[in-house]
Amino acid sequence: MSTNPPEAVLDLDRQLAEVQQEIERLRRLSRDQGLTLDDEIATLQERAQALTAAIYTNPSPWHIVQLARHAQRPRLLDYVAELFTDVLELHGDRQFRDDPAMFAALGRLDGQPLVVLGHNKGKDTKENIARNFGMPYPEGYRKALRAMKLAERFHLPVVAFVDTPGAFPGDAAEERGQAEAIARNIEEMTRLRTPVLVVITGEGGSGGALAVAVGDSVLMLQYAIYTVISPEGCAAILWHDATRAAEAAEALRLTASDLLRLGVVDELLPEPFGGAHRDPGAIFPKVRDALRVHLQDLRGRSAEELLERRYAKYRGIGRIVDAKLNGETGGSTDLRP
Amino acid sequence: MLNWLRRPKYGTLQRREMPAGIWAKCPRCTNLIYRKELDRNLRVCPKCGYHHRLSAEERLAVTLDEDSFVEFDAGLTSADPLAFTGYAQKLEEAREKTGRAEAVLWGEGLIGGWRTVAAALDFYFMGGSMGSAVGEMVARAAEHAHAQRLPLVIFSASGGARMQEGVLSLMQLAKTSAAVGRLHDAGLPYLSIMCDPTTGGVTASFAFLGDVVLAEPGALIGFAGRRVIEQTIRKKLPDDFQTAEFCLQKGLIDMVVPRGEMRQTLAALLAYFGAPRVEPPAEPAPEPGTARDAEPATTPAPERPWGSAITSAPRGV
Repeated sequence: MSTNPPEAVLDLDRQLAEVQQEIERLRRLSRDQGLTLDDEIATLQERAQALTAAIYTNPSPWHIVQLARHAQRPRLLDYVAELFTDVLELHGDRQFRDDPAMFAALGRLDGQPLVVLGHNKGKDTKENIARNFGMPYPEGYRKALRAMKLAERFHLPVVAFVDTPGAFPGDAAEERGQAEAIARNIEEMTRLRTPVLVVITGEGGSGGALAVAVGDSVLMLQYAIYTVISPEGCAAILWHDATRAAEAAEALRLTASDLLRLGVVDELLPEPFGGAHRDPGAIFPKVRDALRVHLQDLRGRSAEELLERRYAKYRGIGRIVDAKLNGETGGSTDLRP
Repeated sequence: MLNWLRRPKYGTLQRREMPAGIWAKCPRCTNLIYRKELDRNLRVCPKCGYHHRLSAEERLAVTLDEDSFVEFDAGLTSADPLAFTGYAQKLEEAREKTGRAEAVLWGEGLIGGWRTVAAALDFYFMGGSMGSAVGEMVARAAEHAHAQRLPLVIFSASGGARMQEGVLSLMQLAKTSAAVGRLHDAGLPYLSIMCDPTTGGVTASFAFLGDVVLAEPGALIGFAGRRVIEQTIRKKLPDDFQTAEFCLQKGLIDMVVPRGEMRQTLAALLAYFGAPRVEPPAEPAPEPGTARDAEPATTPAPERPWGSAITSAPRGV
């Protein structure tokens, strides 16, 4: 959960832009006034290269957090428009209202029908206010569940896109059962008798993300994040200092490569140099290809097999120790004799 | 072996809520209460009805039938999978403080003569937070209930997911929900009792998935924290926001049950859902309708001390 939906500003990006402007200014000066500024320019170019490396070659977890929240990052509706045809949007939870923070639709991939849903973040302030920055109310989760049950009934696979700071932390959300709605979705997704494919494209914010993210295959974009708590929230609670968010981002192991290693994510989808927003045209085919591969695999499996595999997967996540045996083991291991 | 493991587990019950002494001060009404009277009243303030928090052991002791409980997995604990700053030390401190290996206690026992799998989260162990081991044990409790065709009763008291295990803690929401989902599919009853406080990831998983959801009076129950909500909506929340009574009024839970009536209420629910009955039970079998007369839990006989529901040594499993 995040209190303030972040308007992603990349500090390093801004620094890099400033350095590049300065290089340009010095070059103009040198050209127009015949000054020799080669040393100054060379120093700045070194600085620019170091920044480029920090941003693109080996970004820190905190920098990845900022990439995941980047305002220009491709959004759910971009993926829907690029990947699916014949899209028919579905609305409402039939109980309270239609939550614009959650999207649900019927669509086709390569002509094959499926249900697509996910958090609906906006591109600008106006869209984000209308869609509550992609933070659903309980009715959003219930709308998603309705779409998933529809998919189950008609044997359609579910493709869920995850991009949210978290479930909306408001009084009305609590009163309408935010926790119950999330819990219900999680349970139902563990036993939905149809293939469920999850793509984490931006922010995977805690329970509010997991409520549409329990699946047979979980794919994650290279610079997306998935975490139990925002780095800012973690730093505030543990160290009473929200400014230590970068440290928390490191400690939480929230990047795609960390989560692949921990077995939480099944596949990492590499992003274009500098992030998906730099070249959206390059990320859509990657996601499309991955969806094709995983859907083909999952379509070949019976509902019973899917449910067994899904149960075993989540059952096995975690690291425990039996102090009596003094050894570490994965969660699924039965230590009883 | 670590020091905390050698300690006798159930020899004495530690009182962590209040400083030692003959008199205790109620944090709500500030009245001074004779400690023995408070204990006799199951740590419910006789003046104002405030329900003091209980440890997991105390919770099972006041709810389950005498000498009926056998604990499983007593030594199971979370690893430090992310090597998270300060986590190993916090775990060690929690073990020192509670004499327990983890924030949950589970096993088999009787409630009013009904055989059941029971689990209790311990708020005194790192705020009852759910990491790998808590998730594992809740899942094992559900799987054990499934395998033995027994009902499952879980008492929650938790601040939510344990952030020191990162997304692995978040995944415990899926693990525990999947496990209780199998009980739902199998037609086995699962009763969830929310005690003070039950918040965050525990509410967003197994705690709200009970076939019947109960709460203790005054318990704090909610997903997001009060301060976060107040900052988000930029207004002050009413005092009773996210209390058990508030949740009842909003239709989120089935009933608010005082501590003294919890055993009889659970027994009555288990009777409705067809739990296996143990005959003869460890104590006079209370019929649901006459349970309160048969055994006035609010004033147990002095010769029945706290903790007697738990056998003297945990069974190594």
